[in-house]
Amino acid sequence: MTDTAHASATAPGVPPEVVVVKNVSKRFVLRKDNSLKERLVTLGRLGRKHREEFWALNDINLSINAGTTIGLIGHNGSGKSTLLKVIGGIIGPSSGTVATRGRIAALLELGAGFHPDLTGRENVYLNASILGMSRRETDEKFDQILLFAGIGDFIDTQVKFYSSGMYVRLAFAVAVHTDPDILLVDEVLAVGDEAFQRKCLDTIRRFQQEGRTIVLVTHSLGQVQEFCDRAILLERGNVAFDGPPEQAVPRFRDLLEENRKAEESAVAVVTGVESTAAPHITAVCVGTPGSPAAPGEEATVESGANIDVSVTIAATEALSSWMLGIQINNVHGQAVFGVGSDLLNTDLPELLGEVTVTTTLSNPMFGEGKYFVDASVIAADGTHLADVTQAASFNVVTPRRSRGTLFADARMTVETA
Amino acid sequence: MTVSQRYARLRDLPLESVAGRRRGVFGGWKSLVEIFRHREMLGLLVRRDIKARYKDSALGFVWTLIRPLTQLAIFWLVIGQFLGAERGIPDFAIYVFAGLTAYGLFSEIVSSGTASVVGNAGLIKKVYLPREVFPIASVGSALFNFSIQFAILVLATIVLGVFPTFPDILYLLPSLAVLLLFGTALGILMSAVNVYLRDMQYLIEVVLLIALWASPILYAWEMARDFLGEGLLLEIYTNNPVTLAALGFQQAMWNSGDGVVDYPADLLERLGIAALVGLVAVILAQRVFARLESNFAQEL
Repeated sequence: MTDTAHASATAPGVPPEVVVVKNVSKRFVLRKDNSLKERLVTLGRLGRKHREEFWALNDINLSINAGTTIGLIGHNGSGKSTLLKVIGGIIGPSSGTVATRGRIAALLELGAGFHPDLTGRENVYLNASILGMSRRETDEKFDQILLFAGIGDFIDTQVKFYSSGMYVRLAFAVAVHTDPDILLVDEVLAVGDEAFQRKCLDTIRRFQQEGRTIVLVTHSLGQVQEFCDRAILLERGNVAFDGPPEQAVPRFRDLLEENRKAEESAVAVVTGVESTAAPHITAVCVGTPGSPAAPGEEATVESGANIDVSVTIAATEALSSWMLGIQINNVHGQAVFGVGSDLLNTDLPELLGEVTVTTTLSNPMFGEGKYFVDASVIAADGTHLADVTQAASFNVVTPRRSRGTLFADARMTVETA
Repeated sequence: MTVSQRYARLRDLPLESVAGRRRGVFGGWKSLVEIFRHREMLGLLVRRDIKARYKDSALGFVWTLIRPLTQLAIFWLVIGQFLGAERGIPDFAIYVFAGLTAYGLFSEIVSSGTASVVGNAGLIKKVYLPREVFPIASVGSALFNFSIQFAILVLATIVLGVFPTFPDILYLLPSLAVLLLFGTALGILMSAVNVYLRDMQYLIEVVLLIALWASPILYAWEMARDFLGEGLLLEIYTNNPVTLAALGFQQAMWNSGDGVVDYPADLLERLGIAALVGLVAVILAQRVFARLESNFAQEL
């Protein structure tokens, strides 16, 4: 956040700042010795060997204005949950300050503090007071909470006899009735059945309309794009991007992709190169006809434009009868489109040396997002001779915003009776 | 509340520093205010501890009584009769029970306090609360058990016709204050240290065992005096807060001994000083706790 943003936030008419994070760093020390004996044994210089430090957060600065919904995204271990906990005061920063105003409810885990031996009713009162509600407030809202949770007479049963669904519903019901100004949410929306998830998401929307501030840690990039006004991408404890979700999400996907490639090459080094006798796929490129992309380059194509997928195969031994298959997956790993030389009735010539096969997709209406290409060389008997997964990727942009993996030129008409 | 009302209300609130609100010179006071604001929750936590302890047991909280009564019976029989400690101590049962009640309060505050932060790890990792509430809630549930035990003690004095007299009974107040203050200080301190070094809870068990025998609960103070002789050792022995409180309890609740056994000189003054030292100890323990607590969530 820049200083101009600070200044404008205090101007009248602009929602006030509710969270200000200044130069916050968090260092974790991992100790390998945990008992008194071990610590005495490894006292002094030796002791230092038994500690490992790492910076979970590195000089983070940000400010959040009231009424915004912020998505924190990043890899596992990028520091997003730590940042959320620092904002919530659950862990203190090693340096820097965090300031907040208004009532904070941290939903890091539904039913934190539920005691299995107490009844639902007792737990509601306890949990509500932990989240900052007075007994009177809880009395007033008890019926609403019960209605929202929808667990009926089970309210007077010990919660250890609850199904996990009931447990979560009751916990969520309490949490959303605590009237927070700032709601910190960590992955809890990923639990429960579909109906419950819908309820959660509806509640989030209602909170947004009521001007509450929501900070969301999630792995679901779809949720970020759907709900958030702003996304913060964390990478190894640093803010890698802070801005609109439409830009943050592709940045994150690029990051994921880079890491995956780095990992893969590391694995290849360990396992060694496959036997050279079998054919192998040396390159997969995606481009538009007329502007073929170089290997490793990521093309950006407009939805509906033709796409060329060229696969280069090298073989040292002749192979007379073979097939080539390609498949395009979305970021969730779902197959979006797949085709093969057998399905297209394309006769492929004898494979020897280097061969490049280009598949042209005419006017595919992919939805907005990133896609990955898999390719396989298959023998006549069906055995896979060579496979590459996510060998190339491309981005699709659509003329208008929409959701899903399919784009269509849609319009709405209204008829009133 | 409309959106603009909410914004207006928020604009009027000061930006409060999350970490800074509990540090600094007035950190202790701020913590106290914060704990006071959470008193309702504190009450619920105490009730949770008490309710959950004997839930699903047929006799329920009767077990709270059985343990100290058994302890009393054994000490009375073995120490009093077999070993003859009751010679020179009339109504030995009342004597032992008065001391045991005092010691029991201290021991429960310290041992359950020490385990309280680790035991509530689930909450501490997920919700922000002034974490002192956990050792303090242990004080609450220990007081509950204490009050039952104390009621039995009073009942026993009535049954045996040795009901405590005024003004001796006023010794209860400073004794109770000493127990609560030192117990709370130790509970708060150890609950925080225990997060980093789990050995503490075992160490505390040993210390409490020593405390039981290092106080004139099962024998008379004069026996220790005769052994240690007047001097520094006796002063150290006597000014141990558990000793002082146990003596105070005996002074208050066991009047069969008036004029029969000796009490250390200036017991009331000693109790008063101990209470003041205890108060300072609570403040210091809280400061240490506040330092250590910022890393609780990651150490648990």
